Amino acid sequence: MQSFSDALFEALRLIIAFDGDLQEIILLSLKVSLCAVLSGAIIGFPLGAWLAVTHSRLRPVLVTLTSAMMGLPPVVVGLVVYLLLSNAGVLGPLQLLYTPAAMIIAQSILVTPILTALTRETISVLHDQYDDQLTLLGVSGRRRLQTLLWEGRHGLLTAVLAGFGRAIAEVGAVLIVGGNINHVTRVMTTTIALETSKGNLALALGLGIVLVMLSLLVNAAVLGLGSYMRRQGVSAHG
Amino acid sequence: MADGQAARQSVVSSIEGEMLQIRRGGRMLLDLPSISLGRAACTAIVGPNGAGKSLLIRTLCGLMAADSGRVLWAGSAPDAARRHQVGLLLQRPVLLRRSALQNVVYALRLTGMTAQESKSLAIGALQDAGLETIMEVPAQRLSGGEQQRVALARALALKPDMLFLDEATANVDPASTLVIEQQLSVAMQSGLRLVMVSHDVGQVRRLAQEVVLMHNGRIVEQSPCEVFFNQTNNPVSRRWLAGELLV
Repeated sequence: MQSFSDALFEALRLIIAFDGDLQEIILLSLKVSLCAVLSGAIIGFPLGAWLAVTHSRLRPVLVTLTSAMMGLPPVVVGLVVYLLLSNAGVLGPLQLLYTPAAMIIAQSILVTPILTALTRETISVLHDQYDDQLTLLGVSGRRRLQTLLWEGRHGLLTAVLAGFGRAIAEVGAVLIVGGNINHVTRVMTTTIALETSKGNLALALGLGIVLVMLSLLVNAAVLGLGSYMRRQGVSAHG
Repeated sequence: MADGQAARQSVVSSIEGEMLQIRRGGRMLLDLPSISLGRAACTAIVGPNGAGKSLLIRTLCGLMAADSGRVLWAGSAPDAARRHQVGLLLQRPVLLRRSALQNVVYALRLTGMTAQESKSLAIGALQDAGLETIMEVPAQRLSGGEQQRVALARALALKPDMLFLDEATANVDPASTLVIEQQLSVAMQSGLRLVMVSHDVGQVRRLAQEVVLMHNGRIVEQSPCEVFFNQTNNPVSRRWLAGELLV
């Protein structure tokens, strides 16, 4: 077992040298999380906007469901996706288990409720503000949703960053459906867990530092965006 | 804008309300056997707060439905095809989070115009409103008066037949109010019919030819301005004109 200072020194060396393994793991992490957030946005933006404006009787049920799903335990999501993608599962023939695609599916399930709920919140505020004017202009249906989503673009960007933060830091689901296979499905969080258990603290710590830096960057981006919007006279909720 | 308005055929030349009733919490907020607007170029709807003025114009321009009764635009029920012929300028202008120019372009694109046509017309509308210097400024950065002028330019660019104003200059500085009134006068000369809710008696005298006094959700009097201000025999109108509080 390395001492903490040795591990830290080695970790910094790996980061500075931009070690090949480290590079591969970071890039796969980013690819999986960005794809998950993109999928989540494709579903969550229109669904959240629709929930914000609809008078459907299903609305309270769907709103409660999406809010509750924001706190889904990743390991449970991982288990369900595992069961669906395993050979005996409904999606077994797709042969996606232990591939980055399976990890993207699992993370999308985790991220979509966040994006849906934050989109609904952003668009609800805007809808209250714009409802009369859009009615007067004869804007309804899909066009109304598109307009509100565009008007809420700053708030939606915050939602995307929040979703990305959740995805990149997640370990349970990707570990179960990805299997943490070297050079195939190994991402930062699963590698940290594995290398720590093996006692290889340098790589674990190096990845931990990168993960924390990415997390800080995401938070700085959210804060910077909020500050930019205040300067522009646009509220943080769109 | 003026060219287009001079040449246009009026599609919604009048708006009528028949047996309009709106109740909330067991209280009758609007109770009008009949009202007809559009005979005068500008009709002012006046009365104390809570008289039902805003409720009436929101109902007439199709923003809300009455509990009973019907609204007619030039003799037939309001429809989406004539949506842009009836406009409403709200007390607090609602502009999209984009430039002043793009706000007007957005509205014009809804009528089926191409991007090029709508941009060209929007520039003209903002120039007519004296807003050429702030075209590219984000709407949220404009002053209240400028925002209302952009909202008016957007409303007029759609070439409505009837334009409702719900205390549109209540929160606007006098200089902007003057510009808005001048613009409305020009539009009226080109055939626009105006219906304005106002607490500003001076503005009513400057712009309106007809006055509707409302109280407790009912019409007390609908008369030409000349009659209303100088010869009315209605006791409620006389009390209101004398500055008494109507309760």
